[in-house]
Amino acid sequence: MERVTIKIDGRGIATSPGRTILDAAEENGIRIPTLCHLKGLTDVGACRVCIVDVRGQFVTACTTNVAEGMEILTDTEAVRAHRRMIVELLFAEGNHVCSFCVSSGGCELQDLACEVGMQSVRIPYAFPRNRVDASHPRFLIDRDRCVVCGRCVRACGEIEGARTWDFAERGSAVRVITDLDVDWGQAETCTGCGKCVDVCPTGALVLKGASNAEMRKKPDVVAHLAERRSHG
Amino acid sequence: MAKVRVATMWFSGCAGCHMSLLDIDETLIDLAARIDLRNSPLTDLKAFPEDGVDVTLIEGAVANEEHLHLVRTAREKSKIIVALGDCAVTGNVPALRNGFDSNQMIQAIYGSPATSNGALPFDVVPRLLGRVSPLAEVIPVDFFVHGCPPPAGLIAKVILALLDGETPELVGSDLKFG
Repeated sequence: MERVTIKIDGRGIATSPGRTILDAAEENGIRIPTLCHLKGLTDVGACRVCIVDVRGQFVTACTTNVAEGMEILTDTEAVRAHRRMIVELLFAEGNHVCSFCVSSGGCELQDLACEVGMQSVRIPYAFPRNRVDASHPRFLIDRDRCVVCGRCVRACGEIEGARTWDFAERGSAVRVITDLDVDWGQAETCTGCGKCVDVCPTGALVLKGASNAEMRKKPDVVAHLAERRSHG
Repeated sequence: MAKVRVATMWFSGCAGCHMSLLDIDETLIDLAARIDLRNSPLTDLKAFPEDGVDVTLIEGAVANEEHLHLVRTAREKSKIIVALGDCAVTGNVPALRNGFDSNQMIQAIYGSPATSNGALPFDVVPRLLGRVSPLAEVIPVDFFVHGCPPPAGLIAKVILALLDGETPELVGSDLKFG
């Protein structure tokens, strides 16, 4: 079996070609923070949280494949500074108010802020006006809390096969939509499976009726489904 | 040993952070021996001391003209400023009005004939700023204590570190918002 030898934080590691830096790190118990990455879904490198240093270049660990002799640094001062700024930008561009969020205590963004040591957001908050869509009978989307990681889009397309969720607009105006930007309750392709809610890392996609800090997600569900299908 | 001069302030917030400060229970007795509490919602001293303080803890976001004046005074006259709680750190709930016109909002809430005959008492109450800001958007802030409210133990940890002349180390779950 072909092997690739790399170095992560000075440690020699043998892995298989075609693996990503993130795969190799996880296989060896090296922690790289992630947000848009979810086992079972295609990696897209949307959030940039998993950046690492490959000989002075910053690349996303989830979308960069290992190569023979690659030297990767996951935890330098520069990597930590960039990662923290990326998380601050995520906070600044939404309205991520944890104090009355149903996902508080079970939120990957809230946890990331702790992990990267975010003391405060050093850039002015954008305080955007976003639309809440509560037209679906069981779920709602609070776009104030969306980080546009695209997990819902990928879970809906790749696992459920419904392709209800997609992106609209570009740049900082980008947002997730259902069908051709109709209210979720009117989206004909939605099967109501709820995978989008389970994979959403924040309080953007939630069950109706959940109260403050009550919502807990099950993002592992797509990894189980993907794993079982790969044996099909 | 000279007592450490401490002030606390309350801007746009719910007083929950001050409640959490009081929740440090018996630690208050230790603090009483070591601090000289100057102006604070907890005392009757209304004016910020002319000769300044060592530490000022500020709860709440900067939402009106009075807050803006007071926060600048506090910065000028304090060696250390601590943003106490999510409103001071992020804007939190008071900042939900950002993105709406503050004049329209105050008219809608306080300007109806049922509540005030349509008259707004701007001669006696401070005017709202167009945008609610976290403290650090207005003045340099030395330490950020997260939480809505911050847990009592976290507040005690920060105050005791400052009294000992140490830098409070805020890491991991200390940094949890909400």
